Amino acid sequence: MADPPLTGAPRIDVAVIGGGPAGLAAATALKEAGIGRVVVLEREPQAGGIPRHCGHPPFGMREFGRILRGPVYAARLVARAERAGVEIRTLATVAGIRPGGHLLVALPEGLIDLAARRVTYATGVRETPRAARLIGGARVQGVMNTGALQSMVYLKGRRPFRRPVIIGSELVAFSAIMTCRHAGIRPVAMIEAAPRITARWPAALYPRLAGVPLLTGTRLLEIRGGPRVTGVSVAGPDGQKREIACDGVVLSGQFTPEASLARLGHLALDPGTGGPVVDQWGRCSDPSYFATGNLLRPVETAGWSWAEGRRCGRWVAEDLAGRLPAPSGALKLETSDPRLKYVMPQRIALPRSGSGMGDLQLRVTRPVRGELCALNESGILWRRKIHALPERRMLVPLADLALPGGAGTIRFEIREETA
Amino acid sequence: MLQQGDGKIHPRRIPDEAAHDVVIIGGGVVGCAMARRFTLEGARVALLEKAPDILDGASKANSAILHTGFDAPEGSLELECIREGYQEYLEIRRSLGLVHECDGALVVAWNEAEEAALEAIRARAHANGVGDVEIIGQAELRRREPNLSHRARAAALVPGEGIVDPWSAPHAYLAHGLANGARLVTSCEVTGGAFDGGAWQLETTRGPVRATSVINCAGLYGDLVDRALLGEARFQITPRKGQFVVFDKAARDLVTSIILPVPNERTKGIVVFPTVFGNLAVGPTAEDQQSRTDASTDTETLRALIEDGIAKIPALKGMPVTAVYAGLRPATEEKDYRIATTPAKNWITVGGIRSTGLSAALGIARHVFALYREMGHRHDPLPDPAGARANMLAESGPRDWKQPGHGEIVCHCELVTRREIEAALKGPLAARSLAGLKRKTRATMGRCQGFYCTARLAELTDGHFEMPLAEEIGHG
Ligand SMILES: Cc1cc2nc3c(=O)[nH]c(=O)nc-3n(C[C@H](O)[C@H](O)[C@H](O)COP(=O)(O)OP(=O)(O)OC[C@H]3O[C@@H](n4cnc5c(N)ncnc54)[C@H](O)[C@@H]3O)c2cc1C
Ligand SMILES: Cc1cc2nc3c(=O)[nH]c(=O)nc-3n(C[C@H](O)[C@H](O)[C@H](O)COP(=O)(O)OP(=O)(O)OC[C@H]3O[C@@H](n4cnc5c(N)ncnc54)[C@H](O)[C@@H]3O)c2cc1C
Repeated sequence: MADPPLTGAPRIDVAVIGGGPAGLAAATALKEAGIGRVVVLEREPQAGGIPRHCGHPPFGMREFGRILRGPVYAARLVARAERAGVEIRTLATVAGIRPGGHLLVALPEGLIDLAARRVTYATGVRETPRAARLIGGARVQGVMNTGALQSMVYLKGRRPFRRPVIIGSELVAFSAIMTCRHAGIRPVAMIEAAPRITARWPAALYPRLAGVPLLTGTRLLEIRGGPRVTGVSVAGPDGQKREIACDGVVLSGQFTPEASLARLGHLALDPGTGGPVVDQWGRCSDPSYFATGNLLRPVETAGWSWAEGRRCGRWVAEDLAGRLPAPSGALKLETSDPRLKYVMPQRIALPRSGSGMGDLQLRVTRPVRGELCALNESGILWRRKIHALPERRMLVPLADLALPGGAGTIRFEIREETA
Repeated sequence: MLQQGDGKIHPRRIPDEAAHDVVIIGGGVVGCAMARRFTLEGARVALLEKAPDILDGASKANSAILHTGFDAPEGSLELECIREGYQEYLEIRRSLGLVHECDGALVVAWNEAEEAALEAIRARAHANGVGDVEIIGQAELRRREPNLSHRARAAALVPGEGIVDPWSAPHAYLAHGLANGARLVTSCEVTGGAFDGGAWQLETTRGPVRATSVINCAGLYGDLVDRALLGEARFQITPRKGQFVVFDKAARDLVTSIILPVPNERTKGIVVFPTVFGNLAVGPTAEDQQSRTDASTDTETLRALIEDGIAKIPALKGMPVTAVYAGLRPATEEKDYRIATTPAKNWITVGGIRSTGLSAALGIARHVFALYREMGHRHDPLPDPAGARANMLAESGPRDWKQPGHGEIVCHCELVTRREIEAALKGPLAARSLAGLKRKTRATMGRCQGFYCTARLAELTDGHFEMPLAEEIGHG
């Protein structure tokens, strides 16, 4: 049976923007909670999100209890959502958001205005491209993020270069190497500006690096070539400048939420996460919008995003049933400590009720050893010793914080141990 | 021709030996406007461009401002051409479907000395025939541009300055010429030639081309082309690089007008300007260099540009950067254009179109056609020329993604459709490089810079580019 038109009856209860693991999980949970019409709007030709082009394991432990490759995992999430009664519309681009759950949607057959009682916003993360990193040098063909490389290799069976350098050493840089190996591409080097690699790579993965020299403490200065990449110049730990010949550059990591709809629309954004400002239910500054998955903050795994999506789906269902408190007062959580990248959620809506996120998520911008403190005007409310590294998750159970009952602001800061 | 009806690349063939009245060397904005003007005036025109796509030189990267000429040097040829070019742009805007967003410019004074200089700017503008320029005080300035730093003291308001699409306009000029019989040969570098007293036989990388007259519109290579074919050049090009930073679309509405500084002798200075694509940009720098190809950017300068933008518009702090780029101005020893005829050799040099060529191109073409007539050449203007339509890439315009039947959205950030991509790969102006495709559609030019769409583009452009985006795995 063909799906009913998006603008006609029955009314859409929840529109989900983005059919990645988080959006699909939220939609599935909403259906399981008995919500009537749930529509996922996905701009790609297939739903599934980023895992669609991660042609490698490990995906699916949390969700399916077994290890799958990305595309298989994505297909399973889609099938499960469809079985639950979720309508999935592909080639449906949400081009604008408006207050109260009104979406401007571009379909191949034309533009429509779509109204939903609630919107779940789950557009994920992408990597920071060259321009936003302000990497200098020539404007040349052959510079791309891991995501583009993966789509080329796994979705289109193509390879854009043979001997690239890989910039960055987050976990995704390892995916870049695997993608290269799959396509017969032999990276020349992996280059990391920090003195050590960023990811906590399982020791077992190291041998897979085989043949790819790892250059830590090395900064990319500029990209050379024309019209194709012919090399990069880098500065090593000793400050010495040198040239590395290559025919491509993979800019990996430096994830940033794909939050342009919020930025161009009416939702408040958090400069720390780069995603929308949310409360403990993922509710945005416009309470008809809920955010979930990696859009909330950079960056977690598919399994984590999926679990967040499921919980978010249940909270939206609670909200539709009138069981979430109206967002009147809120406790603001913030940080101006440059060593802290973000704290998410950014607000705790009052009165607090049983459901909602159990933990605060924080990250540091550089390695720190010291005490993480939560303060308000009356002093330190909570503290904990930490030894934290960038791009690694830090969780603070909300239950541990003796949060004051009323509205106000709680600041997070780090008191570093002096060596 | 290199391309057949399907737009894909086929083995090179040398252009056939048709008789041309005029060969134009160089497909920059000036060459495109020239091809249109001469074709409409009845000449048989060929435009030869060495790059795989047109607009690959100075014209590939500029500030995209359609200038009124309010600050051009008194009595200069530049002023005359800008005024005429501006006028004609407005005249053909509707019929060619060109974009012109005209919310004016403000020449902002940031200190006392600059404030004192505003009066001279107004006087210059009035003398140049731009009579609506007036000085506004701080209160009015804040009312117009509330996001401008409060350090701004006063400004000269130039209501006629506006922004255009720097690629679609010249594409439309050339398309107008092509629709009326002009021909375009790309990947065709003019390397030499001889004049036999009646006509030129040009040597090109794609074989000989004959023409009665030649117009050198080679931009950054204008002096080299003159030297190679005439034996001497009356000027020397010293490229002047300008770097830019483009901010996210969320920044677009921070200003209404173009924010100009009080200029100095060398350059118009760093401008904060909206683009018709819905961004806000800051630039350009002015850096003299020897290389005619090196349009590289450097991190330090880009950072300084961002700081400059924030100093003027504090709300730019923390604004994501969408793109960075640099352009090369074909500067010479003199500020004015270097347009000269060599009547004994049926040759016209159109050189040194340094920093206002986008605004002046249509006027330059008229001026050059008048020179050509003075050299004794006569044609009958086309009685009923065919029309042409520009690509519609402006954020506020009737973009294709808003129309039914576009197939799919390929580039999600700039909302470029499959129908647009397919159209850009067809016809006499078919894109044959990624750079060319970007200029015709904006694909990959948005905030993700191709993260989401490069793979799909590699598939859609298969067989169309001289330098493909990717090769199939398994080709060994
Ligand atoms: C290059 C890259 C590699 C990664 N590799 C791994 C990995 O190996 N393992 C791992 O666990 N995690 C990986 N991740 C993390 C990844 O973000 C998560 O695995 C997971 O995909 C997050 O799920 P999500 O639903 O939040 O977002 P996504 O999976 O990104 O899904 C978002 C969906 O929203 C759609 N969308 C966006 N905007 C719109 C719009 N305006 N209208 C309609 N639809 C829209 C997108 O097309 C996409 O399908 C990777 C991330 C990236 C960027
Ligand atoms: C940073 C910057 C900002 C600017 N801002 C503005 C602005 O806001 N408003 C404005 O009006 N103007 C602006 N300009 C100026 C404008 O861009 C130039 O004046 C204009 O592009 C010059 O065009 P052209 O056709 O003369 O040269 P080009 O664009 O350089 O065209 C010459 C063409 O000739 C080709 N060619 C060269 N040699 C040969 C050969 N031997 N055989 C075949 N083909 C050849 C080249 O490949 C090239 O395509 C700016 C310029 C820059 C660099």
